[in-house]
Amino acid sequence: MATFFGEVLSVYSRAVEEEDEEELDDNEEDEQIRRELEEKRAVHLHWSPDVTESLRSGNKLQCSSFILAVGHNAASFLSAYVLASANWDAAGRALAWNERSRSGTGRSGEESACVFYRHKDEPSVLICNVTCHIAEDQLFEWTEKVFDCLQSRELAVTVLSDRSVADYKTPDYLCSSSAPFLRSLHSSAFADRPVCPSLEQPNIITGLPAAVLNHCQVHRIAAVVYQCYSDVAGPDSVTVESYKPVLNKLGRSIQVNSPPSTDVLRKFLRSAEIQSNLYI
Amino acid sequence: PYYTSICTPIVDDCLNVPAVAVGNVGQLAVDLVVSTLNMSRVGYFHTDCLIPMAGNNPYASCKDDTEELHTPAEVYTAAELKLAVLQIRAPILQTRSKRFRQQLVSWIKASGFSRTVVLSSSHAYQRDDQQLQGTPLRYLITPSLLTTSADALKELSWREMERMPAFPGVKDADAEPRLCIPGGGITKGLYTDSCAEDLPLAVLLLFCSEGDNIPDAFALVNHLNDWLHLLDEPNRKWKVPSSWSLLFGSGIPPALF
Repeated sequence: MATFFGEVLSVYSRAVEEEDEEELDDNEEDEQIRRELEEKRAVHLHWSPDVTESLRSGNKLQCSSFILAVGHNAASFLSAYVLASANWDAAGRALAWNERSRSGTGRSGEESACVFYRHKDEPSVLICNVTCHIAEDQLFEWTEKVFDCLQSRELAVTVLSDRSVADYKTPDYLCSSSAPFLRSLHSSAFADRPVCPSLEQPNIITGLPAAVLNHCQVHRIAAVVYQCYSDVAGPDSVTVESYKPVLNKLGRSIQVNSPPSTDVLRKFLRSAEIQSNLYI
Repeated sequence: PYYTSICTPIVDDCLNVPAVAVGNVGQLAVDLVVSTLNMSRVGYFHTDCLIPMAGNNPYASCKDDTEELHTPAEVYTAAELKLAVLQIRAPILQTRSKRFRQQLVSWIKASGFSRTVVLSSSHAYQRDDQQLQGTPLRYLITPSLLTTSADALKELSWREMERMPAFPGVKDADAEPRLCIPGGGITKGLYTDSCAEDLPLAVLLLFCSEGDNIPDAFALVNHLNDWLHLLDEPNRKWKVPSSWSLLFGSGIPPALF
């Protein structure tokens, strides 16, 4: 497209990418490369031995409550307020390779991952902390593979998700003192009351929380997403604490700790501080 | 496996489906149709080819129906008009565009729609000299639908989408003019697949550019109405859905000025 000054610029559309030339037939080599790439990007679930045993011969895991945390603050919240009680067994992990996932060098495998935990006394309660990036083309597969392992009758799903307040649209300008705050979205089968206001138009959710919620809506599973809009990009104790109202809803199925000490919280939030030496 | 019906099955209806294309014009036009005709949701098109998203009811008109979850691709009907609509709210994953087309075509075939109208758009900047003049509306129609709709189209005097020379300006008698819909997403593929499968399908598209595409949406939906007569009462207007707000961002901080 030519501009006023005669330069020719490419035009980008928010809706569509430039089309591939359909007339160019993929030769075999292209096809093979494409297939290998797809296989590399496939989502793999690795369960612990006893979970694998339970899933044998097409059985599903008995699950009454599945709690998913997406993002560092959400995961830190569950780690500090719930998982720190040592009543949880590691049940498995999900691996999804993509351009933004770390190869495992430098960071320990635990930190950049999707890890599943099962309650020792109530094995029907499952928690998953997701701190790695799951690409757009992997979201559906991740969701299907995980939910394929869970029996869906009487299942209740809760998702905690971090989001930047820059993504939140509101007619009145939001001054920074109101962040962080929670907003909820739930499936039609969810009959309980969310702990915060519902997400207003025209806001939407995307990513893993959206994929999970879509699955639950279509399969009539009760699910609620609590999205925390924060003005801090990295791990932050104030953001972590803003998930506290959700504890009341989770408390029915799991024993909840007394509030964690600041030392415990600091342990989960330390990693980001060390990395940034921009302002020493 | 990807279409989940909530209740009533849809047979013999006319289907409107938007293409995710430049300016999202087709999708905006479909929003107007669903919102104005108060259509009810009857099914989900649950596929791995779309980027996941979720939100509350974009067509909420009163407090009771605001908190209702909506997914990236859903089917709505207006039974009295024998109209069904598939609304698509998310981009198609680039590597799965062909697969999505196939899913769409096989669903259309299996559902037995009397005809399908694809609402789409194309980059205005890629028009040639001829196309710069006159109306920005174009149509395409499969042979199967042409047999029943030829008269209606004649009356409307719409322009058929032109075939473009493969190498413009080069005098090459061998190169066949071919169909080209830049910025149209899966529109061209959907049209050619439907010709091959002998499906009664039409495409209605508008040349446009990215920007505030609401006027384009109104233009497209009014053209659609000239053909399908969805809004027949003379004074009835299209109703803008409640989700069409803050399209260009949040409110401005007062401290900015």
